[in-house]
Amino acid sequence: MVARRESEPTPMKNRTMVERKSERELVVTRTFDGPARLVFEAWTQPELLKQWWAPKSTGMSLLSCEADVRTGGRYRFVFGHGASSEPMSFHGRYLEVTPHSRLVWTNEEGDDGGAVTTVTFEDKGGTTLLVVHELHPSKEALDAARESGVEAGTLEAFAQLDELLARETARVDH
Amino acid sequence: MVHYASARLDASFAALSDATRRGVLEQLGRADASITDLAEKFHMTLTGMKKHVGVLEEAGLVTTEKIGRVRTCTLGRRRLEEEAEWIGRYRQLWAARFDALDEIVEELKRKEKVDGRKKRE
Repeated sequence: MVARRESEPTPMKNRTMVERKSERELVVTRTFDGPARLVFEAWTQPELLKQWWAPKSTGMSLLSCEADVRTGGRYRFVFGHGASSEPMSFHGRYLEVTPHSRLVWTNEEGDDGGAVTTVTFEDKGGTTLLVVHELHPSKEALDAARESGVEAGTLEAFAQLDELLARETARVDH
Repeated sequence: MVHYASARLDASFAALSDATRRGVLEQLGRADASITDLAEKFHMTLTGMKKHVGVLEEAGLVTTEKIGRVRTCTLGRRRLEEEAEWIGRYRQLWAARFDALDEIVEELKRKEKVDGRKKRE
């Protein structure tokens, strides 16, 4: 191993990119500094998946994580969220499990069929290009998922607005 | 303090009155970017983009951090566009996951190295 020269800047973390491909599709892209074989392992072994799927910084905690990772197998993750008392469950079925290259699963929370997620692992000789593709059944379904996800952010924004208005009111009163 | 609040509001509206700056916010909702990236994307000079980012930063809509020679821009806490806001949160979730996944991959690599050594011995 070659020692890093002192003048060299600290390597930056690989960037996570998100693109809304269409009204129904979202694509997340990220490179990992490891072979596809190992990245795939981290996605398909429940005891590993458990260690990164709900990181602390998101305020979520993974209460249970069951995943029968093979074509036709089912998964069920149960999350607790700091702000809400109701645990949320995320469950569905694996449609395709192709070692080291492709994972496809359905999400069955919604009433009329949920999103289909396709994850591809492209080995670039020691690093892996990972693409998460989320296809929602309709624009409305994506918007609905978005509404529930944005709630916490909206509340935070409202709290800030309240603060601002309170200050403005105080100014008018004096 | 009181004047600070209304000054901040003025700064926000001024910042959002420009189409390029609105575009920059939307862009940063999708991914962090360096000033160079943004200048290229909006076909501007580095100096021009620096000015725009400065205005957005002043209004608290964008924060920047210099790592090495690169100044990276991130959406600030007070983003107003709902789409950008939501995409930004979605990305934050995945970015947090992937940072944790980086550690797992490193651990697996180390383990493999050790196991490989043992096999050879």
